[in-house]
Amino acid sequence: MIILELFFSFFKIGLFTIGGGYAMLALIQREIVSHSWLTLEEFIDIVAIAEMTPGPIAVNAATFVGFRSAGVLGAITATGAVVLPSLLIVLALSRAWERYKESPVVMAVFKGVRPAVAGLIISVAITLGGAVLAAGSEGQLNIVGLAMAAFVFFAVYVKKVDPFKMIILCGLAGIFLFR
Amino acid sequence: MQKRYTQIWQLFTAFFRIGLFTFGGGLAMLPMIEREVIDRYGWTDREEILDIYAMSQSVPGVIAANTAIFLGNRLCGVMGAVAALVGVVLPSLIIITTIAIFFNQLKGSSIIASAFAGIRAAVVGLIAAAAVRVGRTAVVSRFALGVCLAAFLLNLSGAVNIIFIIVLAGIAGYVYYRSKEAPSK
Repeated sequence: MIILELFFSFFKIGLFTIGGGYAMLALIQREIVSHSWLTLEEFIDIVAIAEMTPGPIAVNAATFVGFRSAGVLGAITATGAVVLPSLLIVLALSRAWERYKESPVVMAVFKGVRPAVAGLIISVAITLGGAVLAAGSEGQLNIVGLAMAAFVFFAVYVKKVDPFKMIILCGLAGIFLFR
Repeated sequence: MQKRYTQIWQLFTAFFRIGLFTFGGGLAMLPMIEREVIDRYGWTDREEILDIYAMSQSVPGVIAANTAIFLGNRLCGVMGAVAALVGVVLPSLIIITTIAIFFNQLKGSSIIASAFAGIRAAVVGLIAAAAVRVGRTAVVSRFALGVCLAAFLLNLSGAVNIIFIIVLAGIAGYVYYRSKEAPSK
């Protein structure tokens, strides 16, 4: 029963990966290979598509693997199975959070955690900025891309423009600027 | 009762938009989540979203799904959690299934590749804006600045896991703020 196999595999993936995204892809690859659902080449295509399309990377990969191996029902099964552990774990966790968030211990812990999350986000911005800058053709730096990023930063942070509008605008601009 | 159903519907549509417009997953989702959950609906504030985000990263599963479930549950219970979760994964399900069907035709399209080059540049600007906003919320003391800097450098070095950084920061916060409160002898 391929549907059942898909369910258990992706449930396991959802249950055992912490950190999301790329950490999950490693597990997905292992499951795909051990079940020989797809070739390694198809898996690389999936990763590229999962990165390029909107949505969580692990969910995109689950949907693609599910569809390729068992059609629409497979896509729904794999996607549902990969998020089901989250539903169970986070529901339990959020009960505990509502109960203990005012306690001095929890407050002290999160006073330490908040600036760390800020530091993580800053490092992601710099890493991705570097990747965009390095993506110019023929070894050139992608100054246009960096200028677009700076423009979006100004529009969203200073002018409070809707980020959704900026994504659509930059997608359209990209068609003309990055031919 | 009417209000509850309205809110469940709002949770679904808000997380549908988040799923539809986030490229890159994980921390890249923060600007979209902030826009919907704080600016549009005021379901939480800028401090608590960081706590929720830290927890979502520290438990198993897809980070965006964890965040959706957490917020959905606190607003409308289990129904809210399911609505937000379905909202955040539905765009993927629709888009990826469509792409999988037309995969071979789409593979060589240069228009799509160019559009994505533009989108990636926009995402950098969005995350930079989120980083500055989050920094201004969270970095309120010298201790916080130190933790922020340490987390930044550790993550940039790529040497350690994100969860390890979050747990370490939690321990640091516990030790620092508890020792400050305790009566000194």
